[in-house]
Amino acid sequence: MPGIGGRMSTVIKAKINKMLDKAEDPSETLEYSYAKQMELLQNVKKGIADVVTAKKRLQLQQQKLEQQVVKLDTQARQALASGREDLARTALERKQFAQTELQTLDQQVAELEQQQQGLIDKEQKLRSKLEQFRTKKEVIKAQYSAAEAQVKISEAATGVGEEMADVGLAMQRAMDKTETMRARAGAMEELEAAGAFDDNLSLTAGQDDIDRQLAELTSGSEVDDDLARLKAELGQGSAPSPALEEGKSADQPTQGGQA
Amino acid sequence: MIVRIATEDQYRLPDADAERLNQLDNEAVAAVEAGDEDRFHEVFEQMIALVRNDGHKLDEDELEESDVILPPPDLTFFEAGHEFTGDGLIPD
Repeated sequence: MPGIGGRMSTVIKAKINKMLDKAEDPSETLEYSYAKQMELLQNVKKGIADVVTAKKRLQLQQQKLEQQVVKLDTQARQALASGREDLARTALERKQFAQTELQTLDQQVAELEQQQQGLIDKEQKLRSKLEQFRTKKEVIKAQYSAAEAQVKISEAATGVGEEMADVGLAMQRAMDKTETMRARAGAMEELEAAGAFDDNLSLTAGQDDIDRQLAELTSGSEVDDDLARLKAELGQGSAPSPALEEGKSADQPTQGGQA
Repeated sequence: MIVRIATEDQYRLPDADAERLNQLDNEAVAAVEAGDEDRFHEVFEQMIALVRNDGHKLDEDELEESDVILPPPDLTFFEAGHEFTGDGLIPD
């Protein structure tokens, strides 16, 4: 049949035929085919594990970003309280950026979740097809003449082989989708390991600067902070108060620069 | 006629559907060649829907070779460009 179906069939069938051509004795073909499929099934399992790993890594990145958002928000409040609107604005801009990243990640993780589930379902199905193939090959060996058996084998093995190619394709797509995100996560980790960030919550290069300035501001103006909080409590209601409290504890690691 | 939707399942379809499927396939190829992404998605979705609605899923103990294999339902326009162009017909 012409058309896309034909195209894709051609690719997959070519693979299967190549495999089957290797052996001429039907029972040998059967055993070879079965062994080959089992081997591929192992690869599929390994592939699923890879996807799970990629997902975990993205989730880790997600957690870091969530912390980052909280931290930047706190910093913005602090900066504003100290009258540094420019710093507050920078912090808020970075918060926006982090939130956008977070949304992308959320989506990616959800997609991976779905793909992982799909792969597991497929693997299960493949397993039962292989089981079926294993049973059938014994029957074929016992019941058919060599020529008949060869045909039956081809059909059965192709059926399983297609299933295999199918899982392989699903896996490949899942891997492709995670590749970019994995590269990004990897780059971040390298930067962190190299000490580019002093609190490994930072998002972008150049963050050091704002961190330092804010740290100075925080440590140098504790009295001001208290004053601002008091002002806020008296003037604007209760909202800013807990945020400032939170901000102080979040910033403690950077206060070493105080001395 | 056995049709596989790649990354999903195999379906048994009435042979009468082959004509319709082929027609849709030609339209999909035309849409890709014309660079019409919206039209492509429209047509491709119709193909998938036809197989899902008219076909019966093959049981797991049926080992059948597919006559037709459709690309994954979440095929992107970019991927379609690879899938649908060039000489992809069965050589014989």
